[in-house]
Amino acid sequence: MRGMGIIVILFLGTLLIYCSFDFPIWGDPQSPAGSHVSSYYIEHTLEDTSVPNIVTSVLADYRGYDTMFETVVIFTAGISCILLLRTFKPIEPQTKLYRHISTGITLRIERGGKVPENTKEFERIDAGWIPYDLIVKTTCRLIIPFVQIFALYVIAHGHHSPGGGFQGGVIFGASVILFAISFDLRTAIRRMGERLAGFLCALGVFIYAGTGALCMFYDANYLDYSALSHILGVDPVSARSHGILVVEIGVAIAVMAVMVVLYYNLASAGKQDEGL
Amino acid sequence: MIWQIELVLLVMVTVCGISALAVKDLLSAAILFGAYSFMMCLLWAIMGAVDVAFTEASVGAGVTTVLFVAAVFRTTRRTEN
Repeated sequence: MRGMGIIVILFLGTLLIYCSFDFPIWGDPQSPAGSHVSSYYIEHTLEDTSVPNIVTSVLADYRGYDTMFETVVIFTAGISCILLLRTFKPIEPQTKLYRHISTGITLRIERGGKVPENTKEFERIDAGWIPYDLIVKTTCRLIIPFVQIFALYVIAHGHHSPGGGFQGGVIFGASVILFAISFDLRTAIRRMGERLAGFLCALGVFIYAGTGALCMFYDANYLDYSALSHILGVDPVSARSHGILVVEIGVAIAVMAVMVVLYYNLASAGKQDEGL
Repeated sequence: MIWQIELVLLVMVTVCGISALAVKDLLSAAILFGAYSFMMCLLWAIMGAVDVAFTEASVGAGVTTVLFVAAVFRTTRRTEN
């Protein structure tokens, strides 16, 4: 069976490489993909949308439907992760570990024992993660604000440089994940709860789809941002640029929240209690 | 661009991909997959697709590796085949 698999893979791989010789040369302007719409985008992007980065304008304006449904796909990924992994019945763990903060002594409390809740002297620690890592915590505490500011920069500066909603949202989500790794999962969940993350997932998609629907109220096509000029009080070309920024923010919120939801559920196996 | 760099990156992409499939330790496979993504990111950047390179670096090399590590942390670290 294993030999058969290798033969099939080798055959298909050879077929793939053989077929790739029929591809046009990389960067060929005469290729089918490069000869119809690409030239239009390159020549007209700046006068249509006043966005210097052609990729951003194609992604969020000319091909707005694609990006909207990509966002919906990411939203669906987050929802299905919750549906598959999340255990809604709270399961009490077998043992809980508490550290006495001033002395560093660790208490191990079996199920049913008296637990020191809501005191300043004890902190709960994960069973699989004992060490008291002051350097890691302090470093991450210093790094996280800069990561978040960089994420906002990537989102806001997508018109002029590489980046945009997806990348910025992932970086912002990564900063929350970094917080959850360096402290522990419960601290992160206290800061950014599951309900908030789930709400933000939906809010991002709603911002994108709502911007598209708003255009329809002004007798324009769905996702034709030039109609937003009535609200924003600018000319239609600038309105398309601003519309791109609005939908990028929506994408960023959705992607950020989905990354956080995925991490919370994967790291804690759906219990959202003890995690990585 | 500079074809030597492209060749080295292409070889490393192939090596990372095959070894990520071949290793028995799933944590190593996750890390190798992150290295694979990073090499792909460099290749995209060389080909001029900077936006794709940025996405690959943040999603592929960054968050996906963390999600894989989290999944390995919650399951078993060894694989049978």
